[in-house]
Amino acid sequence: MFDFSILFPSLLNGLTTGAVYALIALGLTLIYGVLHIINFAHGAALMVALYAVYLLKERFGIDPYLALPLVVPGMFVLGYALQRLVINRASHGKDENILLVTLGLSIILENAALLAFKSDTRTIDTAYTLTTIAIGPAMIALPKLVAFAGALVVSGLLLWIVGKTDLGRAIRAVAKEKHGAKLMGIDVDHVYAMSFGIGLACLGAAACFLLPAYYVNPQVGSGFVLVAFTVVVLGGMGSFGGALLGGLLIGVVESLGGLYLGESLGQIGIFVIFIAVLLFRPQGLFGAKA
Amino acid sequence: MSTRRHFMSQSAVAASALAFPLVGGAQPRTIKVGVLHPVTGALAYSGQQCREGALMAIEDINKAGGIKSMGGAKFEALLGDAQSQPQAGAAEVEKMNEAGVSAVVGAYASAICLATTQTAAKYNLPHIVDVGVADQIMERGLKNTFRFGPGYRKCAEVAIANLHVLNTAAGKPARTVMIVHEESLFGTGTANLLARELPGYGYEVKEVIKHANPTRDFNNIVLRMKAVNPDIVIPANYYNEYALLVRTMQQQKVRPKAIYSVLGGAASSYKFVKEFPEAANGIIDCNHWFNPKDKRSAELKKRTEAKGLFFSYEVFMTYTSMRLLADAIERAKSADRAAIIDALEKSTFADHMMPYGATKFVNGQNTGAQPLMTQVVKNDIKVIIPREYRETDPVFPLRA
Repeated sequence: MFDFSILFPSLLNGLTTGAVYALIALGLTLIYGVLHIINFAHGAALMVALYAVYLLKERFGIDPYLALPLVVPGMFVLGYALQRLVINRASHGKDENILLVTLGLSIILENAALLAFKSDTRTIDTAYTLTTIAIGPAMIALPKLVAFAGALVVSGLLLWIVGKTDLGRAIRAVAKEKHGAKLMGIDVDHVYAMSFGIGLACLGAAACFLLPAYYVNPQVGSGFVLVAFTVVVLGGMGSFGGALLGGLLIGVVESLGGLYLGESLGQIGIFVIFIAVLLFRPQGLFGAKA
Repeated sequence: MSTRRHFMSQSAVAASALAFPLVGGAQPRTIKVGVLHPVTGALAYSGQQCREGALMAIEDINKAGGIKSMGGAKFEALLGDAQSQPQAGAAEVEKMNEAGVSAVVGAYASAICLATTQTAAKYNLPHIVDVGVADQIMERGLKNTFRFGPGYRKCAEVAIANLHVLNTAAGKPARTVMIVHEESLFGTGTANLLARELPGYGYEVKEVIKHANPTRDFNNIVLRMKAVNPDIVIPANYYNEYALLVRTMQQQKVRPKAIYSVLGGAASSYKFVKEFPEAANGIIDCNHWFNPKDKRSAELKKRTEAKGLFFSYEVFMTYTSMRLLADAIERAKSADRAAIIDALEKSTFADHMMPYGATKFVNGQNTGAQPLMTQVVKNDIKVIIPREYRETDPVFPLRA
């Protein structure tokens, strides 16, 4: 049994990591919930956003947090365009095609990054990279705390968009009944592209919060996307509250798993949960029964 | 139409084959050499650095007139990507064999080298291991396999002996050790050696922690470090994880008396020193290093940096391995595989920038190969041990 002075920081650390997982999973679950696309390019898109943040900092000296108003809309436009111009056209309306198109996109994006940036791992140095804040016996890195708060704010914003705005109503209508929504005069292609755009915009925010404490290389997305899929399954496909709670839970499980089982076995807990959820509650914690 | 085209192409081939012997005598031959590294995947950074080193060596060899004993024959690189996976590396060796290479230089990571040397052995294809520190690579009696640099047993022995010297000279301030290592062949093997040997010198190994590649977060490991409070932390891992580990230690304000890396991926890396000057300061590493007194090392460093790259151990290890091969082929006077293996076995290659002296292979291992001890001092990497290569005096312990 570990002392409280180790357990508590580990728990907090799990929560802060989990918040970033949640943010990445929110984008994924939105895209799945509406478009029923399993977006294999999600990790690659995160990598693109991380490079954007990196370049803004290195070339123009823009702080990652101040880059939010640039990277988030940028990723939104990228997502909107990808869905409208590439995924929608190349898939000819078939789900299995979409799967392959997003997989292909991820390969193209990763290799383009390899070509442009080489596989060199890059980090940025900010004034607060090494700043820590004491919470009881725990020392939490400032970037992780900011990421935690930021993830909660973005999640709240997303819930509000989907729950309260006209766009949100249209998204939910399309998710439930595509043809019905079309008959009611909703521009389905536009809603699809908006959802994809918002999904990628979440990644833009995640990238801004992540980079001060992390690194970027062309392979960086793959590690996150596997966890994000687990979060989505745990929370319930298409459920936003589920993704948020699922992300936090997975973060804590990973952190405590690492503490008790050793760091190289720490992720075992994540995948045990993944299998258990699929076996006993396939709809996830907050998912509606199919 | 198609048969006519077919006929024409066939006759073209026949004509060129007939014509070839006439010009063949006049033109120097080329010698195909496999340059095999993990240039994509998790180890891509290191793999690409290795490749750069190999290509610079080939450039130098060809510029200096190629292999003189073969009428100035030029090296031609056949590039291969092991994709950071042993099986992909082995498949590339198969391809290179088909393409008729005379030798293979590669393949950086220990686990990949295990596979590639074995595949090359099937075809009696000479394979120079450029980095691959796991001693298992050399212990299987493969006649085709040669390693110019030191293995991890040698590195661990040197590291422990020198730690003891440093600690004794300082009045034995350090007694407890914690080892943090990556989980593949290189990290695990090094950590096992250290954990077994250190108690014999009177050190208590408090904890040995293994982690995956990649590990996204080192807070747990550092928290345990905090609880254990070791005098010395010994990391043995690749660059990304090393950088995250040391950064997290700094965030959590964990300051051991020394960070003493054994083949730590970053402590003897100019990239690390540049990107994390504060965290890097004072770190000691026992790693592959060039002879700082040899002028050629400074020249190669300058050339590497002119390409916008860091002069990392991958670059000079693979560079020198390629020069070793050229030396062997020069003496073999032939691109024949058996002749090259024979020449490598008898190699006395001494015209290099590594602190190894004249080359002498015993069962494929260069017996003179040794790591150097370096320390990060004022944002630069300086050799502290052994004395004949020393650039600055060691600082140990870093903190009382």
